[in-house]
Amino acid sequence: MTISSLIDTPSELTDSASNKTAIVLMTRVRLARNLAGYSFPGWAKPAQRDEILSACRAAVSATPQMKRSLNVSIGELSDLERQILVERHLISRELSGMKGGAGVIISKDQAFSVMMNEEDHLRIQVLRAGFNLKKAWNTITDLDSALEEHLDFAFSPTLGYLTACPTNLGTGMRASAMMHLPALVISSQMEKVVRAVNQLGMVVRGLFGEGSDASGSIFQISNQTTLGESEEEIIKRLSSVLQSIVEHELNAREKLLEADAGKLLDKIGRAFGILQNSHLLSSSEAMNLLSLIRLGVDLSTFPDSNRCVIDRLFIEAQPGHLQHAQKGEFEPGQRDVLRAARLRSEFANFPRPDFNFNNDSKN
Amino acid sequence: MANPLKCDLCSKPATVHLTQIVNNKVHKVDLCEACAQAKGVTDPSGFSLADLLLKASLNPEPTAGGMRCERCGFTQLDFKKHGRFGCPVCYETFRGIVEPMLENMHNGTAHAGKIPHRALERKTLYDRLTKLELDLTDAIKSERYEDAARTRDEINQVKQAFSQNAAR
Repeated sequence: MTISSLIDTPSELTDSASNKTAIVLMTRVRLARNLAGYSFPGWAKPAQRDEILSACRAAVSATPQMKRSLNVSIGELSDLERQILVERHLISRELSGMKGGAGVIISKDQAFSVMMNEEDHLRIQVLRAGFNLKKAWNTITDLDSALEEHLDFAFSPTLGYLTACPTNLGTGMRASAMMHLPALVISSQMEKVVRAVNQLGMVVRGLFGEGSDASGSIFQISNQTTLGESEEEIIKRLSSVLQSIVEHELNAREKLLEADAGKLLDKIGRAFGILQNSHLLSSSEAMNLLSLIRLGVDLSTFPDSNRCVIDRLFIEAQPGHLQHAQKGEFEPGQRDVLRAARLRSEFANFPRPDFNFNNDSKN
Repeated sequence: MANPLKCDLCSKPATVHLTQIVNNKVHKVDLCEACAQAKGVTDPSGFSLADLLLKASLNPEPTAGGMRCERCGFTQLDFKKHGRFGCPVCYETFRGIVEPMLENMHNGTAHAGKIPHRALERKTLYDRLTKLELDLTDAIKSERYEDAARTRDEINQVKQAFSQNAAR
Protein backbone atom coordinates (compact mmCIF):
# COMPACT_ATOMS: atom_id res chain seq x y z
CA MET A 1 0.00 0.00 0.00
CA THR A 2 1.27 3.48 -0.74
CA ILE A 3 0.57 6.86 0.77
CA SER A 4 -1.55 7.73 -2.27
CA SER A 5 -3.82 4.76 -1.80
CA LEU A 6 -4.00 5.59 1.90
CA ILE A 7 -5.26 9.08 1.09
CA ASP A 8 -7.84 7.74 -1.33
CA THR A 9 -9.24 5.28 1.22
CA PRO A 10 -12.16 6.39 3.38
CA SER A 11 -10.80 6.95 6.85
CA GLU A 12 -12.11 7.56 10.37
CA LEU A 13 -10.68 11.05 10.17
CA THR A 14 -12.15 12.21 6.90
CA ASP A 15 -15.27 10.19 6.29
CA SER A 16 -17.07 9.63 9.53
CA ALA A 17 -18.72 12.97 10.14
CA SER A 18 -22.32 12.92 11.28
CA ASN A 19 -24.46 14.97 13.60
CA LYS A 20 -22.84 13.00 16.39
CA THR A 21 -19.53 14.59 15.55
CA ALA A 22 -20.83 18.13 15.76
CA ILE A 23 -18.67 19.46 18.56
CA VAL A 24 -16.35 16.58 19.34
CA LEU A 25 -14.91 15.67 15.95
CA MET A 26 -12.61 12.92 16.98
CA THR A 27 -11.27 10.94 19.88
CA ARG A 28 -7.72 9.66 20.15
CA VAL A 29 -6.00 7.33 22.59
CA ARG A 30 -2.28 6.73 22.50
CA LEU A 31 -0.21 4.24 24.49
CA ALA A 32 3.55 4.36 25.01
CA ARG A 33 5.30 0.99 25.32
CA ASN A 34 8.95 -0.13 25.42
CA LEU A 35 10.67 -3.49 25.12
CA ALA A 36 12.42 -4.84 28.19
CA GLY A 37 16.16 -5.34 27.81
CA TYR A 38 16.77 -2.57 25.27
CA SER A 39 17.79 1.07 25.60
CA PHE A 40 15.16 3.66 24.74
CA PRO A 41 15.30 4.92 21.14
CA GLY A 42 17.00 8.22 21.95
CA TRP A 43 19.90 6.46 23.66
CA ALA A 44 20.16 3.17 21.74
CA LYS A 45 22.93 2.76 19.18
CA PRO A 46 21.88 2.51 15.49
CA ALA A 47 22.39 -1.26 15.37
CA GLN A 48 20.17 -1.74 18.41
CA ARG A 49 17.53 0.59 16.98
CA ASP A 50 17.40 -1.54 13.85
CA GLU A 51 16.97 -4.66 15.98
CA ILE A 52 14.15 -3.02 17.93
CA LEU A 53 12.52 -1.79 14.73
CA SER A 54 12.54 -5.28 13.17
CA ALA A 55 11.14 -6.90 16.28
CA CYS A 56 8.37 -4.31 16.51
CA ARG A 57 7.51 -4.41 12.82
CA ALA A 58 7.22 -8.19 12.94
CA ALA A 59 5.05 -8.18 16.06
CA VAL A 60 2.72 -5.39 14.95
CA SER A 61 2.11 -6.75 11.47
CA ALA A 62 1.28 -10.14 13.00
CA THR A 63 -1.72 -8.75 14.88
CA PRO A 64 -5.17 -9.21 13.30
CA GLN A 65 -5.92 -5.46 13.56
CA MET A 66 -2.99 -4.58 11.31
CA LYS A 67 -3.56 -7.23 8.67
CA ARG A 68 -3.85 -4.82 5.74
CA SER A 69 -1.57 -2.01 6.64
CA LEU A 70 1.08 0.38 5.40
CA ASN A 71 4.37 -0.70 6.94
CA VAL A 72 7.25 1.71 6.32
CA SER A 73 10.52 2.84 7.79
CA ILE A 74 10.80 6.60 7.97
CA GLY A 75 13.66 6.73 5.47
CA GLU A 76 11.35 5.38 2.77
CA LEU A 77 9.04 8.39 2.96
CA SER A 78 9.55 11.68 1.11
CA ASP A 79 9.20 14.98 2.95
CA LEU A 80 5.79 15.52 1.38
CA GLU A 81 4.58 12.06 2.37
CA ARG A 82 5.68 12.65 5.94
CA GLN A 83 3.87 15.96 5.99
CA ILE A 84 0.68 14.30 4.83
CA LEU A 85 0.90 11.75 7.62
CA VAL A 86 1.41 14.53 10.17
CA GLU A 87 -1.61 16.41 8.79
CA ARG A 88 -3.71 13.27 9.20
CA HIS A 89 -2.52 12.88 12.81
CA LEU A 90 -0.95 9.54 11.93
CA ILE A 91 2.62 10.40 12.87
CA SER A 92 4.05 13.06 15.13
CA ARG A 93 6.13 15.98 14.01
CA GLU A 94 9.02 14.41 15.91
CA LEU A 95 8.87 11.21 13.86
CA SER A 96 8.58 13.14 10.60
CA GLY A 97 11.86 14.87 11.42
CA MET A 98 13.83 11.65 11.97
CA LYS A 99 16.37 10.35 9.51
CA GLY A 100 16.26 6.59 10.04
CA GLY A 101 16.00 3.67 12.45
CA ALA A 102 12.33 4.48 12.97
CA GLY A 103 9.09 3.59 11.25
CA VAL A 104 5.33 3.48 11.33
CA ILE A 105 2.60 0.98 10.60
CA ILE A 106 -0.83 2.34 9.69
CA SER A 107 -4.01 0.31 9.23
CA LYS A 108 -5.85 0.76 5.96
CA ASP A 109 -8.76 2.71 7.47
CA GLN A 110 -6.21 4.81 9.39
CA ALA A 111 -7.90 4.07 12.68
CA PHE A 112 -4.68 2.48 14.00
CA SER A 113 -1.22 3.92 13.76
CA VAL A 114 1.85 2.49 15.49
CA MET A 115 5.01 4.60 15.53
CA MET A 116 8.24 2.74 16.23
CA ASN A 117 11.41 4.22 17.73
CA GLU A 118 10.00 7.70 18.07
CA GLU A 119 10.46 8.77 21.71
CA ASP A 120 9.52 5.25 22.86
CA HIS A 121 9.88 1.91 21.12
CA LEU A 122 6.16 1.83 20.43
CA ARG A 123 3.61 4.60 20.30
CA ILE A 124 0.28 2.93 19.57
CA GLN A 125 -2.60 5.16 18.55
CA VAL A 126 -6.29 4.68 17.87
CA LEU A 127 -8.51 7.31 16.22
CA ARG A 128 -12.29 7.22 16.45
CA ALA A 129 -14.79 9.69 15.00
CA GLY A 130 -16.90 11.59 17.50
CA PHE A 131 -17.02 11.35 21.27
CA ASN A 132 -15.93 7.78 21.80
CA LEU A 133 -13.30 7.50 24.53
CA LYS A 134 -14.51 4.20 25.96
CA LYS A 135 -14.63 2.52 22.58
CA ALA A 136 -11.23 3.91 21.65
CA TRP A 137 -9.76 2.57 24.90
CA ASN A 138 -11.32 -0.89 24.41
CA THR A 139 -9.99 -1.04 20.87
CA ILE A 140 -6.49 0.00 21.79
CA THR A 141 -6.18 -2.20 24.83
CA ASP A 142 -7.07 -5.18 22.62
CA LEU A 143 -4.24 -4.30 20.24
CA ASP A 144 -1.89 -3.76 23.18
CA SER A 145 -2.77 -7.18 24.62
CA ALA A 146 -2.29 -8.78 21.19
CA LEU A 147 1.20 -7.25 21.04
CA GLU A 148 2.01 -8.60 24.50
CA GLU A 149 1.87 -12.10 23.00
CA HIS A 150 4.93 -11.31 20.89
CA LEU A 151 6.79 -8.66 22.89
CA ASP A 152 8.03 -8.38 26.46
CA PHE A 153 7.15 -4.89 27.67
CA ALA A 154 9.31 -3.01 30.17
CA PHE A 155 7.13 -2.77 33.24
CA SER A 156 7.55 -2.07 36.95
CA PRO A 157 4.88 -3.01 39.51
CA THR A 158 5.28 0.40 41.18
CA LEU A 159 5.95 2.69 38.22
CA GLY A 160 3.86 0.87 35.62
CA TYR A 161 4.92 0.87 31.97
CA LEU A 162 8.44 2.29 31.75
CA THR A 163 8.85 5.07 29.21
CA ALA A 164 11.74 7.20 27.99
CA CYS A 165 10.29 10.29 29.61
CA PRO A 166 9.00 10.07 33.21
CA THR A 167 6.00 12.19 32.21
CA ASN A 168 4.59 9.11 30.45
CA LEU A 169 5.09 6.56 33.23
CA GLY A 170 2.33 4.33 34.57
CA THR A 171 -0.43 3.88 32.04
CA GLY A 172 1.62 5.49 29.28
CA MET A 173 -1.72 6.71 28.03
CA ARG A 174 -2.55 10.05 26.47
CA ALA A 175 -6.26 10.30 25.73
CA SER A 176 -7.54 13.30 23.82
CA ALA A 177 -10.45 14.71 21.91
CA MET A 178 -10.56 17.17 19.03
CA MET A 179 -13.27 19.75 19.59
CA HIS A 180 -14.81 22.46 17.45
CA LEU A 181 -15.57 25.44 19.70
CA PRO A 182 -16.42 28.43 17.49
CA ALA A 183 -18.92 30.08 19.84
CA LEU A 184 -16.50 30.02 22.77
CA VAL A 185 -13.87 31.65 20.57
CA ILE A 186 -16.24 34.28 19.19
CA SER A 187 -17.47 35.21 22.66
CA SER A 188 -13.86 35.34 23.98
CA GLN A 189 -14.42 32.64 26.57
CA MET A 190 -11.62 30.29 25.54
CA GLU A 191 -9.09 31.67 28.01
CA LYS A 192 -11.51 31.06 30.84
CA VAL A 193 -12.17 27.54 29.58
CA VAL A 194 -8.46 26.79 29.23
CA ARG A 195 -7.80 27.90 32.80
CA ALA A 196 -10.68 25.84 34.19
CA VAL A 197 -9.56 22.79 32.21
CA ASN A 198 -5.99 23.18 33.47
CA GLN A 199 -7.27 23.25 37.05
CA LEU A 200 -8.82 19.85 36.38
CA GLY A 201 -5.50 18.42 35.29
CA MET A 202 -6.16 18.48 31.55
CA VAL A 203 -4.38 20.31 28.77
CA VAL A 204 -5.86 22.37 25.92
CA ARG A 205 -4.02 23.26 22.76
CA GLY A 206 -5.03 24.67 19.43
CA LEU A 207 -4.66 22.19 16.64
CA PHE A 208 -4.01 24.67 13.84
CA GLY A 209 -2.41 27.65 15.45
CA GLU A 210 -1.31 28.94 18.79
CA GLY A 211 -2.73 29.14 22.27
CA SER A 212 -6.38 30.07 22.64
CA ASP A 213 -6.51 31.80 19.26
CA ALA A 214 -6.44 28.56 17.36
CA SER A 215 -7.42 29.02 13.76
CA GLY A 216 -10.44 26.97 12.79
CA SER A 217 -11.51 27.08 16.46
CA ILE A 218 -10.37 23.49 16.73
CA PHE A 219 -8.77 22.40 19.98
CA GLN A 220 -7.31 19.26 21.41
CA ILE A 221 -8.08 18.48 25.04
CA SER A 222 -6.01 15.74 26.66
CA ASN A 223 -5.00 14.36 30.03
CA GLN A 224 -1.81 15.68 31.55
CA THR A 225 -0.86 12.93 34.00
CA THR A 226 -0.44 9.22 33.32
CA LEU A 227 0.57 7.71 36.68
CA GLY A 228 -1.46 7.09 39.82
CA GLU A 229 -4.80 6.43 38.17
CA SER A 230 -6.21 3.58 36.14
CA GLU A 231 -6.90 4.06 32.44
CA GLU A 232 -10.64 3.93 33.13
CA GLU A 233 -10.35 6.62 35.78
CA ILE A 234 -8.41 8.93 33.47
CA ILE A 235 -10.96 8.41 30.73
CA LYS A 236 -13.83 9.03 33.10
CA ARG A 237 -12.29 12.32 34.23
CA LEU A 238 -11.53 13.40 30.68
CA SER A 239 -15.04 12.49 29.55
CA SER A 240 -16.63 14.66 32.18
CA VAL A 241 -14.39 17.59 31.25
CA LEU A 242 -15.32 17.14 27.59
CA GLN A 243 -19.00 16.89 28.46
CA SER A 244 -18.79 20.13 30.37
CA ILE A 245 -16.99 21.90 27.52
CA VAL A 246 -19.67 20.69 25.08
CA GLU A 247 -22.33 22.22 27.32
CA HIS A 248 -20.44 25.49 27.51
CA GLU A 249 -20.13 25.61 23.73
CA LEU A 250 -23.84 24.92 23.26
CA ASN A 251 -24.72 27.63 25.78
CA ALA A 252 -22.40 30.07 24.08
CA ARG A 253 -24.10 29.34 20.75
CA GLU A 254 -27.54 29.96 22.22
CA LYS A 255 -26.37 33.22 23.76
CA LEU A 256 -24.89 34.42 20.49
CA LEU A 257 -28.13 33.71 18.68
CA GLU A 258 -30.25 35.34 21.38
CA ALA A 259 -28.08 38.41 21.72
CA ASP A 260 -27.59 39.11 18.01
CA ALA A 261 -28.41 36.37 15.54
CA GLY A 262 -27.90 38.76 12.66
CA LYS A 263 -24.23 39.23 13.55
CA LEU A 264 -23.58 35.52 13.55
CA LEU A 265 -25.47 34.88 10.34
CA ASP A 266 -23.57 37.73 8.75
CA LYS A 267 -20.28 36.03 9.62
CA ILE A 268 -21.50 32.75 8.16
CA GLY A 269 -22.85 34.39 5.05
CA ARG A 270 -19.63 36.30 4.42
CA ALA A 271 -17.56 33.17 4.95
CA PHE A 272 -19.66 31.44 2.32
CA GLY A 273 -19.17 34.31 -0.08
CA ILE A 274 -15.42 34.38 0.35
CA LEU A 275 -15.04 30.63 -0.02
CA GLN A 276 -17.00 30.75 -3.27
CA ASN A 277 -15.10 33.66 -4.76
CA SER A 278 -11.67 34.35 -3.36
CA HIS A 279 -8.42 33.72 -5.24
CA LEU A 280 -5.95 33.82 -2.40
CA LEU A 281 -6.51 31.99 0.85
CA SER A 282 -3.95 31.38 3.55
CA SER A 283 -4.18 28.22 5.59
CA SER A 284 -5.35 29.98 8.72
CA GLU A 285 -7.93 32.10 6.93
CA ALA A 286 -9.31 29.00 5.21
CA MET A 287 -9.57 27.22 8.59
CA ASN A 288 -11.51 30.11 10.09
CA LEU A 289 -13.90 30.33 7.15
CA LEU A 290 -14.49 26.58 7.13
CA SER A 291 -15.09 26.73 10.87
CA LEU A 292 -17.92 29.22 10.33
CA ILE A 293 -19.49 27.05 7.65
CA ARG A 294 -19.27 24.07 9.97
CA LEU A 295 -21.04 26.08 12.64
CA GLY A 296 -23.61 26.87 9.97
CA VAL A 297 -24.17 23.15 9.43
CA ASP A 298 -24.73 22.70 13.18
CA LEU A 299 -27.25 25.54 13.11
CA SER A 300 -29.07 24.00 10.14
CA THR A 301 -28.07 26.83 7.81
CA PHE A 302 -26.63 24.09 5.64
CA PRO A 303 -27.78 20.46 5.42
CA ASP A 304 -26.24 18.01 7.88
CA SER A 305 -24.86 15.87 5.09
CA ASN A 306 -22.38 18.62 4.23
CA ARG A 307 -20.51 18.38 7.51
CA CYS A 308 -18.24 15.64 6.18
CA VAL A 309 -17.25 17.84 3.23
CA ILE A 310 -16.03 20.49 5.66
CA ASP A 311 -14.16 17.97 7.79
CA ARG A 312 -12.43 16.61 4.74
CA LEU A 313 -11.53 20.11 3.60
CA PHE A 314 -9.95 20.91 6.97
CA ILE A 315 -7.42 18.23 6.14
CA GLU A 316 -7.18 18.72 2.39
CA ALA A 317 -6.59 22.46 2.63
CA GLN A 318 -3.39 21.76 4.59
CA PRO A 319 -0.13 22.41 2.69
CA GLY A 320 0.97 18.76 2.40
CA HIS A 321 -2.35 17.56 1.03
CA LEU A 322 -2.67 20.47 -1.38
CA GLN A 323 0.73 19.81 -2.88
CA HIS A 324 0.06 16.10 -3.12
CA ALA A 325 -3.18 16.78 -4.99
CA GLN A 326 -1.33 19.02 -7.42
CA LYS A 327 1.49 16.50 -7.68
CA GLY A 328 4.22 19.00 -6.99
CA GLU A 329 5.94 21.22 -4.47
CA PHE A 330 4.83 24.82 -4.22
CA GLU A 331 5.81 27.97 -2.38
CA PRO A 332 3.35 29.26 0.24
CA GLY A 333 2.20 32.06 -2.08
CA GLN A 334 1.34 29.57 -4.83
CA ARG A 335 -0.32 27.31 -2.29
CA ASP A 336 -2.65 30.14 -1.32
CA VAL A 337 -3.76 30.30 -4.94
CA LEU A 338 -4.25 26.53 -5.11
CA ARG A 339 -6.13 26.47 -1.84
CA ALA A 340 -8.52 29.18 -2.98
CA ALA A 341 -9.06 27.38 -6.28
CA ARG A 342 -9.81 24.10 -4.53
CA LEU A 343 -12.28 25.72 -2.17
CA ARG A 344 -13.97 27.66 -4.96
CA SER A 345 -14.65 24.48 -6.82
CA GLU A 346 -15.95 22.69 -3.69
CA PHE A 347 -18.21 25.57 -2.78
CA ALA A 348 -19.54 26.02 -6.29
CA ASN A 349 -21.64 22.92 -5.59
CA PHE A 350 -22.38 23.69 -1.98
CA PRO A 351 -26.04 24.45 -1.17
CA ARG A 352 -26.78 28.10 -0.50
CA PRO A 353 -27.24 29.03 3.17
CA ASP A 354 -30.77 28.86 4.54
CA PHE A 355 -31.10 31.52 7.20
CA ASN A 356 -34.67 30.71 8.13
CA PHE A 357 -33.88 27.91 10.53
CA ASN A 358 -35.70 27.47 13.85
CA ASN A 359 -33.00 28.42 16.28
CA ASP A 360 -32.29 24.72 16.73
CA SER A 361 -28.70 24.78 17.88
CA LYS A 362 -29.02 21.73 20.10
CA ASN A 363 -27.47 18.72 18.35
CA MET B 1 14.69 29.33 40.03
CA ALA B 2 16.03 32.13 42.18
CA ASN B 3 15.93 35.02 39.73
CA PRO B 4 12.53 35.03 38.01
CA LEU B 5 13.82 36.94 35.02
CA LYS B 6 16.37 34.33 33.93
CA CYS B 7 15.60 31.50 31.52
CA ASP B 8 15.27 28.25 33.48
CA LEU B 9 17.16 26.28 30.87
CA CYS B 10 20.06 28.50 29.86
CA SER B 11 20.10 31.49 32.23
CA LYS B 12 19.69 34.11 29.51
CA PRO B 13 17.07 36.81 30.19
CA ALA B 14 13.58 35.29 30.10
CA THR B 15 10.78 36.78 28.02
CA VAL B 16 8.28 33.88 27.96
CA HIS B 17 6.56 33.03 31.21
CA LEU B 18 4.41 29.93 31.57
CA THR B 19 2.09 29.12 34.42
CA GLN B 20 0.30 25.86 34.99
CA ILE B 21 -2.04 24.81 37.74
CA VAL B 22 -2.37 21.07 38.43
CA ASN B 23 -4.33 19.89 41.45
CA ASN B 24 -4.20 23.37 42.96
CA LYS B 25 -0.43 23.45 42.75
CA VAL B 26 1.02 26.32 40.75
CA HIS B 27 4.02 25.60 38.54
CA LYS B 28 5.93 28.39 36.81
CA VAL B 29 8.55 28.21 34.11
CA ASP B 30 10.47 31.15 32.61
CA LEU B 31 12.17 30.89 29.25
CA CYS B 32 14.15 33.01 26.84
CA GLU B 33 12.94 33.37 23.25
CA ALA B 34 15.41 30.83 21.91
CA CYS B 35 14.61 28.08 24.41
CA ALA B 36 10.87 28.68 24.01
CA GLN B 37 11.24 28.13 20.25
CA ALA B 38 13.52 25.13 20.72
CA LYS B 39 11.17 23.50 23.20
CA GLY B 40 8.26 23.95 20.83
CA VAL B 41 6.35 26.09 23.29
CA THR B 42 4.64 27.74 20.36
CA ASP B 43 4.07 24.44 18.56
CA PRO B 44 0.68 23.12 19.58
CA SER B 45 1.62 19.49 19.22
CA GLY B 46 5.12 19.65 20.55
CA PHE B 47 4.89 21.32 23.86
CA SER B 48 4.59 19.72 27.23
CA LEU B 49 4.83 21.89 30.28
CA ALA B 50 5.59 18.79 32.28
CA ASP B 51 8.70 18.14 30.18
CA LEU B 52 9.86 21.68 30.78
CA LEU B 53 9.20 21.55 34.49
CA LEU B 54 11.28 18.42 34.55
CA LYS B 55 14.28 20.22 33.11
CA ALA B 56 13.72 23.35 35.16
CA SER B 57 13.66 21.41 38.41
CA LEU B 58 16.97 19.81 37.48
CA ASN B 59 18.80 23.00 36.72
CA PRO B 60 20.58 23.21 40.07
CA GLU B 61 23.70 21.01 39.91
CA PRO B 62 23.07 17.24 40.21
CA THR B 63 23.38 16.04 43.78
CA ALA B 64 24.12 12.33 43.37
CA GLY B 65 27.61 12.72 41.90
CA GLY B 66 28.61 10.44 39.03
CA MET B 67 26.00 7.65 39.12
CA ARG B 68 25.84 5.55 36.00
CA CYS B 69 23.27 3.04 34.80
CA GLU B 70 24.92 -0.37 34.70
CA ARG B 71 22.92 -1.52 31.74
CA CYS B 72 23.29 1.39 29.38
CA GLY B 73 25.88 3.80 30.78
CA PHE B 74 23.43 6.68 31.19
CA THR B 75 24.41 9.28 33.80
CA GLN B 76 22.50 11.88 35.74
CA LEU B 77 24.11 14.56 33.63
CA ASP B 78 22.67 12.87 30.56
CA PHE B 79 19.24 13.07 32.15
CA LYS B 80 19.70 16.74 32.86
CA LYS B 81 20.64 17.25 29.23
CA HIS B 82 17.90 15.20 27.55
CA GLY B 83 15.08 15.09 30.05
CA ARG B 84 14.65 11.39 29.27
CA PHE B 85 16.26 8.19 30.51
CA GLY B 86 18.48 5.75 28.65
CA CYS B 87 16.79 2.42 29.34
CA PRO B 88 14.20 0.79 31.66
CA VAL B 89 16.91 -0.12 34.20
CA CYS B 90 17.68 3.59 34.66
CA TYR B 91 14.51 3.85 36.71
CA GLU B 92 16.11 1.54 39.29
CA THR B 93 19.53 3.18 39.10
CA PHE B 94 18.19 6.70 39.46
CA ARG B 95 15.34 5.92 41.82
CA GLY B 96 16.63 8.67 44.10
CA ILE B 97 15.89 11.41 41.58
CA VAL B 98 12.80 9.80 40.03
CA GLU B 99 10.74 9.47 43.20
CA PRO B 100 10.73 13.14 44.24
CA MET B 101 9.82 14.09 40.66
CA LEU B 102 6.70 11.97 40.50
CA GLU B 103 4.58 13.83 43.01
CA ASN B 104 4.72 17.10 41.09
CA MET B 105 4.40 15.44 37.75
CA HIS B 106 1.49 13.08 38.23
CA ASN B 107 -1.76 12.45 40.06
CA GLY B 108 -0.25 9.73 42.23
CA THR B 109 3.05 7.93 42.58
CA ALA B 110 2.03 4.30 42.25
CA HIS B 111 0.78 2.54 39.14
CA ALA B 112 -2.94 1.82 39.29
CA GLY B 113 -3.69 0.75 35.73
CA LYS B 114 -3.27 -2.11 33.29
CA ILE B 115 -0.66 -4.79 33.97
CA PRO B 116 0.81 -6.80 31.08
CA HIS B 117 -0.29 -10.40 31.54
CA ARG B 118 3.23 -11.72 31.90
CA ALA B 119 3.85 -9.32 34.77
CA LEU B 120 0.43 -10.14 36.19
CA GLU B 121 1.26 -13.81 36.16
CA ARG B 122 4.57 -13.09 37.85
CA LYS B 123 2.80 -11.04 40.54
CA THR B 124 0.17 -13.74 41.14
CA LEU B 125 2.89 -16.38 41.47
CA TYR B 126 4.91 -14.12 43.75
CA ASP B 127 1.93 -13.45 46.02
CA ARG B 128 1.16 -17.15 46.14
CA LEU B 129 4.77 -17.95 47.01
CA THR B 130 4.79 -15.44 49.84
CA LYS B 131 1.63 -16.95 51.30
CA LEU B 132 2.95 -20.50 50.97
CA GLU B 133 6.18 -19.60 52.75
CA LEU B 134 4.17 -18.20 55.64
CA ASP B 135 2.08 -21.36 55.72
CA LEU B 136 5.26 -23.44 55.82
CA THR B 137 6.69 -21.55 58.78
CA ASP B 138 3.33 -21.86 60.53
CA ALA B 139 3.04 -25.59 59.89
CA ILE B 140 6.55 -26.24 61.19
CA LYS B 141 5.93 -24.13 64.31
CA SER B 142 2.74 -26.04 65.13
CA GLU B 143 4.50 -29.33 64.36
CA ARG B 144 2.09 -30.24 61.51
CA TYR B 145 4.86 -31.98 59.59
CA GLU B 146 2.61 -33.58 56.95
CA ASP B 147 1.12 -30.19 56.07
CA ALA B 148 4.64 -28.75 55.98
CA ALA B 149 5.80 -31.39 53.52
CA ARG B 150 2.82 -30.75 51.24
CA THR B 151 3.37 -26.99 51.40
CA ARG B 152 7.06 -27.43 50.59
CA ASP B 153 6.12 -29.42 47.48
CA GLU B 154 3.70 -26.68 46.41
CA ILE B 155 6.44 -24.08 46.91
CA ASN B 156 8.73 -26.00 44.58
CA GLN B 157 5.96 -26.13 41.96
CA VAL B 158 5.44 -22.38 42.15
CA LYS B 159 9.19 -21.74 41.93
CA GLN B 160 9.27 -23.83 38.78
CA ALA B 161 6.36 -21.89 37.26
CA PHE B 162 8.29 -18.74 38.14
CA SER B 163 11.36 -19.75 36.17
CA GLN B 164 9.17 -20.80 33.25
CA ASN B 165 7.55 -17.36 33.23
CA ALA B 166 10.94 -15.68 33.32
CA ALA B 167 12.26 -17.82 30.46
CA ARG B 168 9.37 -16.94 28.09
